[in-house]
Amino acid sequence: MQLRRWEPTVLPLLTALAVLAVWEIGVRVSGTKVFPSPAEVGRGLEELLRKGLLWRYTADSLLRVGSGYLLAILVGIPLGLALGWYPLAARAANPLIQMLRPISPLAWIPVAIVLFGVGNESAVFLIFLASFFPILVSTMTGVRGVPPMFRLAGANFGLSIAALLRRVVFPAALPHMIVGLRIALGIAWLVVVAAEMIAVDSGLGYLVIDSRNAGKRYDLVIAGMILIGLIGLGLDIGMRRLERLKSVRWGFLND
Amino acid sequence: MTPPSRTTARETKLRVQGVNKVFTRDGKSVNVLEDIDLEIRDGEFVCLLGPSGCGKSTLLNIVAGFTPPTSGQVYIDGEPVTGPDPRRIFVFQERGVFPWLTVEGNIGFGLFRLPPKEKARRIAHYVKLVGLSGFEQAYPAELSGGMKQRLEVARALAVNPDMLFLDEPFGALDSITRLLMRSELLRIWEAEKKTILFVTHDIEESVQLADRVVVMSARPAKIQRVVEIDIPHPRDISSPRYLKLRDGIFEEIGLAHKV
Ligand SMILES: Nc1ncnc2c1ncn2[C@@H]1O[C@H](COP(=O)(O)OP(=O)(O)OP(=O)(O)O)[C@@H](O)[C@H]1O
Ligand SMILES: [Mg+2]
Repeated sequence: MQLRRWEPTVLPLLTALAVLAVWEIGVRVSGTKVFPSPAEVGRGLEELLRKGLLWRYTADSLLRVGSGYLLAILVGIPLGLALGWYPLAARAANPLIQMLRPISPLAWIPVAIVLFGVGNESAVFLIFLASFFPILVSTMTGVRGVPPMFRLAGANFGLSIAALLRRVVFPAALPHMIVGLRIALGIAWLVVVAAEMIAVDSGLGYLVIDSRNAGKRYDLVIAGMILIGLIGLGLDIGMRRLERLKSVRWGFLND
Repeated sequence: MTPPSRTTARETKLRVQGVNKVFTRDGKSVNVLEDIDLEIRDGEFVCLLGPSGCGKSTLLNIVAGFTPPTSGQVYIDGEPVTGPDPRRIFVFQERGVFPWLTVEGNIGFGLFRLPPKEKARRIAHYVKLVGLSGFEQAYPAELSGGMKQRLEVARALAVNPDMLFLDEPFGALDSITRLLMRSELLRIWEAEKKTILFVTHDIEESVQLADRVVVMSARPAKIQRVVEIDIPHPRDISSPRYLKLRDGIFEEIGLAHKV
């Protein structure tokens, strides 16, 4: 079906309006004194903006995600390339990876606190852990899926193993890896919010939990939730853009 | 008597000596190549012809240094082959081009040791040689099958190898493009003086291209016969000599040339 130009933006906006309407009606009909109306949440957002908290908390959360995610990329991609390249190493490491992977990053919170104390480092460590495994595993499987012909063609031109990994194996595996990178960023964002509820005193996760604890400001709780959702959406849209770069799009053409 | 080929006087470029290849799969061993002996002279265009599955690709992979033989030895310029080497480039069907690189990126792939200026000059030269001008920034996904094939040939030629190994390079192309590609390859071969080993299972193709056609038998593959194609290029494919040589090969393979 051919989409008209306005449909991709207008249709989701209509959905959002409908949800706002149901929310407003729900608040009025039930006569709740606790749950805020859309207008109250809007005023809450405005208050955050006025106090300068909105940008500061958003920036703090993004910085934590950015650091942990970048670390995960710096460790996960080279390790994944190596494990994908040497089947024996992969066989040795795989059971451990598969065992650690299903452990929720939140279960690591006590360990993180023991290792790094209560604070920023712990939150970054949790994000690192959460995004590390999807990046590692997608890099490994991506490398193993590289057609042998590409490796042979690369080796034919006299490349060293390091150059072969960088110039052939990495770009050949990249379309597969990008899917893992996107999933990893989504999980990282989920985890930063959870981590901030425990370990730090700034950020959007902290905003949600602190607004409830200090004064039952449910308008700010909902405002924080909406911000978290919108930023998550923005991150995902950004990652999808990457998939359309020409140097990786070939990997998605026939999917 | 047939007149001597113009390549007879040149020295030996490649020598395959007593090569055997045995594959083991599920505990069973399959004898794919048996006692292959072959000599190719410098600058010669040789076609390896044989039925599907007989071991042509296996032999080409051994010669290129991608797979070791079970026994025997391959020598190029008198030196034993121990692995792939940029002095001899393997051209896969067009699927060997790198889809993440542009036309320029692909052609320049093997030129990492050159200074940027020389690299750019070479890329420009080979873009033109294979007729891809105007597509320098295009990605392989935006090219036709024939263009991708030419791109892969250009990538191979750009590093100035002295040998090219081509494994059914035109097999996936339509018959018109295939004909065009054959004359382009001949033009490039004559201009650049390469030694070419070309695998095909198309009898017409081998007789149109090669100085010599090496006919291989079905598994375990042996060299059944070597046919000298002593017709100068461009070849008239309706001349009695052409038809005689072609039909001789059809007979050799045990096919009556009738449909
Ligand atoms: N890695 C391998 N392991 C086991 N058997 C193999 C392997 N590679 C090739 N063979 C077998 O060796 C035989 C020859 O294969 P090869 O690919 O060399 O044939 P070919 O002459 O190139 O055929 P085609 O014209 O169809 O490309 C086939 O029977 C194939 O099954
Ligand atoms: Mg083959």
